[in-house]
Amino acid sequence: MSARNLILGDAQADRVVPPSGFTAQLTLFVAGAMAFLTVFALALSVASGRLADRWADELAGAATLRINAPADQRQAQTEAALTILNQTPGVANVRVITSEEQAAMLSPWFGADLPLDTLPVPQLVEVLADNPPYDATGLRLRLQAEVPGAVLDDHTRWREPLVDAARALRRLAVVSILLIGGATAAMITLAANAALAANSQVIEVLRLVGALDTYIAHAFVRRFTLRALLGAAVGVICGMLGIFFLPAASEEGGFLTGLGFSGLSWLLPLAIPPLGALVAFLATTRAAKKRLGALT
Amino acid sequence: MIELDNIAYNYGEGELLSNVSVQLAPGSFYFLTGPSGAGKTTLLKMCYGALAPTAGRVRAFNMDVNGLDRDQMAYLRRRVGVVHQDCRFLDHLTLIENIALPLTVSGKDLSQEEANLHELLNWVGLSERAHALPPELSGGERQRAALARAVILSPDVIIADEPTGNVDWEMSQRLLRLLVELNNMGKTVLVATHDLPLIRAAKNQVQARVLRISNRQLALAGVDL
Repeated sequence: MSARNLILGDAQADRVVPPSGFTAQLTLFVAGAMAFLTVFALALSVASGRLADRWADELAGAATLRINAPADQRQAQTEAALTILNQTPGVANVRVITSEEQAAMLSPWFGADLPLDTLPVPQLVEVLADNPPYDATGLRLRLQAEVPGAVLDDHTRWREPLVDAARALRRLAVVSILLIGGATAAMITLAANAALAANSQVIEVLRLVGALDTYIAHAFVRRFTLRALLGAAVGVICGMLGIFFLPAASEEGGFLTGLGFSGLSWLLPLAIPPLGALVAFLATTRAAKKRLGALT
Repeated sequence: MIELDNIAYNYGEGELLSNVSVQLAPGSFYFLTGPSGAGKTTLLKMCYGALAPTAGRVRAFNMDVNGLDRDQMAYLRRRVGVVHQDCRFLDHLTLIENIALPLTVSGKDLSQEEANLHELLNWVGLSERAHALPPELSGGERQRAALARAVILSPDVIIADEPTGNVDWEMSQRLLRLLVELNNMGKTVLVATHDLPLIRAAKNQVQARVLRISNRQLALAGVDL
């Protein structure tokens, strides 16, 4: 059965099986609803994957050097630390965070008019790693010896749980997509079985007048495949519109925004209708074969 | 054409038929008779592969019917025209679509067969009823339509199961004439019936052989019934 035959069909052959109003609509609905859900699971998977990658990259590349020193030694220790950092292979860039920037970072917690000068706030230095990166243990040892007040924080402690969480979220989304595919196959099998049972007389007569199994199966398979394709297409369009109108990624929304697709990943949901049709095709073919095998 | 070799059939409650052997010769006309429940329909079903014998072998067109795969069985059905006892129409299709069904399922182009189809409808006298649905037809019309469907693919063998079962005498005469005409065209015809007057009437028109089932055996019945 060629794909062309499957889509265009044969008007005569199509008349042979009576139209089935209600199961047809059920199949359309199931395919549509499942495709809609798949779009969201896919969006979640893509977005969490992107988050995991972004967090892993950004955090892996950046480290913070914190210099706790009495006010009079602060300048000297900072300079000593910068010298060490500039000599260390694998360090791409070093930047002293200015006191204005530090004030901006702290203002959400302490308010804007914080008298930073009066507080023993440590000096922060941003360290960006090169590729290949510096040896963190070696750097720590050297800093410990020469700049006693310096602490290198490469964010590993809170980076790993975040990245793990994002990856777990992606795994869940992938599992959901597989479950949705399986549930669709199960429901279409049930609908196909119902249609085959309702038409058992028709099938028997077709066999008696010399119809091949493939001919009879084709009449059913074609219907269910096209319904699944159409239903899934509508579901995907609705789902994509839903994702499109989600709020865009923003600073304020944190990681709850930017959950949709971006760039080429918008093309991914377009694979859902053909895949749904394939699932329906396989499920109906299997159901039809099983039922036809019971006839002479 | 069709050959039953020492076959038996058992529905699970003792044998219905045993040691039945018969060969349908090409171009001949057979009646199969016997009391109700004697196994006429069962025997016919074994001839077109709808039932497999519990013992013995059925051969059709020099092929072992039991050894056919599903596709070969479908091709066999296209070479044997069957008029079923209950006609077996698709009620959502019109009469002409039902008659053309064997053409449709074997992938023939109906537009090319249209002349044949109308000729056939005319032959069975159903031209007026071409677009009626099967439930709207009378018993005689259904039987004639079933006969038309059985011969549309021009099979070599025509098997009819009680074609005159619920039609009046005049209609059964008409059906008989159609079957005799088919036989005159060289087709092998096998008609199961318990209508003895019909068999007697046929004897004037065709040289028919009468097979009789009694006591699970098949025997060639005497000339006089």
